[in-house]
Amino acid sequence: MNVIVCVKQIPDPASPGALDPSTNTLKRDGKLILDESDSYGVEMALQLVDAAGGGEVSLISMAPNGEVSGLRTALAMGAAKGILISDPALLGSDALTTAKVLAAAAQRIGGADLIIAATESSDGYTGTVPEQMAEVLGMASVTFAKKVTINGATLEAHRQTEDGYDEVTCQLPAVISVTAGVVEPRYPSFKGIMAAKSKPVEQVTAADLGVTPVGWAGSGQAVVSITQAEARAAGEVIEDDGETFTKIVTFLENLKVI
Amino acid sequence: MSLGYMTDLGMDFAPDDDHLAIIDAVDRVCGGFDDQYWSECDTEHRFPWEFYKVMADGGWVGIAIPEQYGGGGRGITEAALVLNRVAASGAAMNGSTALHLTMFGLNPVVKFGNDRLKDTFLPRAAAGDLHVAFGVTEPDAGTDTGRITTRAVEDGSGGWIITGRKIWTSKALESEVVLLLVRTDHDDTNRLNGLSLFLADLDPRYVDIRPIPKVGRNAVASCEVAYDGLPVEGWRMVGERGRGFQQILHGINPERILLSAMACGIGEVAVRRAVEYAKERIVFDRPIGANQAIAHPLARAHMELGAAYQMMRLAAWKYDNGLNCAEEANTAKYLAAEASYFAADQAVQTLGGLGYATEYHVERYWREARLQRLAPVSQEMTCNFIAQNVLGLPRSY
Repeated sequence: MNVIVCVKQIPDPASPGALDPSTNTLKRDGKLILDESDSYGVEMALQLVDAAGGGEVSLISMAPNGEVSGLRTALAMGAAKGILISDPALLGSDALTTAKVLAAAAQRIGGADLIIAATESSDGYTGTVPEQMAEVLGMASVTFAKKVTINGATLEAHRQTEDGYDEVTCQLPAVISVTAGVVEPRYPSFKGIMAAKSKPVEQVTAADLGVTPVGWAGSGQAVVSITQAEARAAGEVIEDDGETFTKIVTFLENLKVI
Repeated sequence: MSLGYMTDLGMDFAPDDDHLAIIDAVDRVCGGFDDQYWSECDTEHRFPWEFYKVMADGGWVGIAIPEQYGGGGRGITEAALVLNRVAASGAAMNGSTALHLTMFGLNPVVKFGNDRLKDTFLPRAAAGDLHVAFGVTEPDAGTDTGRITTRAVEDGSGGWIITGRKIWTSKALESEVVLLLVRTDHDDTNRLNGLSLFLADLDPRYVDIRPIPKVGRNAVASCEVAYDGLPVEGWRMVGERGRGFQQILHGINPERILLSAMACGIGEVAVRRAVEYAKERIVFDRPIGANQAIAHPLARAHMELGAAYQMMRLAAWKYDNGLNCAEEANTAKYLAAEASYFAADQAVQTLGGLGYATEYHVERYWREARLQRLAPVSQEMTCNFIAQNVLGLPRSY
């Protein structure tokens, strides 16, 4: 079984992010790391391939400046190879263009039985790329999968909902998005890290993949303006007069939490 | 006399991708084991098996064992980086010393052991499933190693019988084997001759192990170990008969380097916790970190730790490049122990009363940092080494 995982390389969430005032988009010119939400997909792919008894996990990633740090992290976990699409022309690409580019990269790898992505990235949060990829590739789409089993050519998934989960099935090949916590990503190992250094990562441009137009030109969106999020209002201060608990109970009742 | 540490040695200060990857990965692994875990291990005197297993499975414990035995084939620099990050995670000595004897304790076996010894034990050390203790110190022979009285006598059929008493044998309870320095021969001209090294089994039929109640690092027990007629086969002798002390000397500088790396890690986490607290704790309407009486000692701790860390890296680099690193290893050990203890003590001071409470963890760092000034060699003996061997001053003892 061959699985492709879409991995996004994002600015380290531990450092404060910044917006580029000329484009109103996130600055991504520093070092990027593997989006933690993608580590679940990589782990799930490795487990599914292992359970199938053969095949390999490949990675696709779109990132500026030839960035491969996050790809290496995923390769160190056990993925076999990757494609990096890095191209200044891609600056400003919207979610649909990203989906077209990733879909073309998946085809360049030779397709797969299953393509896995996170439900959304931890920096852009559009949460639409996996479904758009499925449409572009003409494959089934299952979102918010929290448990996945492969049974021959059928995929069975528990799909997270507000109330619980739906049991859904579809035929392979398919594109699924998986929730964080779906599996426990393995710890990095020394040998995995050393092995990752020599695993192949092919770097290509949008033109290599035949996807045009891209970037701002191909984007159906423009970030017109940005505003600061409203500062959180100061909380209500209650002086303790011995009966404070009744006020707290009323407050919580109004919130409908008790 | 010039300070020749850095002079034209060619040490490369450029970032090394492998080192950065090791640091990042070990930080992430250790992130799975928080201060609460270490506090519980310490309080319950419980060896951190869960942590050990993860580190062994990831190949971190075997990182410095040669590749031909299944290890990572890297040097003391990489081992030091691993232990530094472990300590800096908040695991401090409880975490780092759970690993380091397997990581580097078998160095004399790698350097001097016969093929059978190496083939039997190194692959298991590389996999992390062989726990090793180190038995040198005795109740009546600490730094004055030539006075050790534990002896091995020939059994007449190629083997040895070991009898005697060792103290401060760390991890003896968890270990299967012990690297043991014993007297096999007598040389009246030099007491340091005639000692031999064995990799012996800690066979409970002949070995009595008693943990020593102590101030800190309670997840890893230090023990008094009595050997009562322990039989050891001949092939378990490491290297040459009568040259045990000289062989152990080869491991002394790497050990100091690793202990320096751990001490720097403890200091780092202590400063980190203190800084976090000093930013958040409001007294008289402002964070206490705005007071220079709080801020300056933390700045000093940070600078001193940085200097000690660089000296540790230089010592490790020299060792890995086959250069004499005795001055740098001793200097790093001295500086790191001082900086770490100062940092941990200042962290307790910064947190005030809460610094003394178990819940805030800095008291644990403080108890463990104190140990660095005593072991593996006292600060005073480190100064003696520098005075005699670097400055050429007369020996005082």
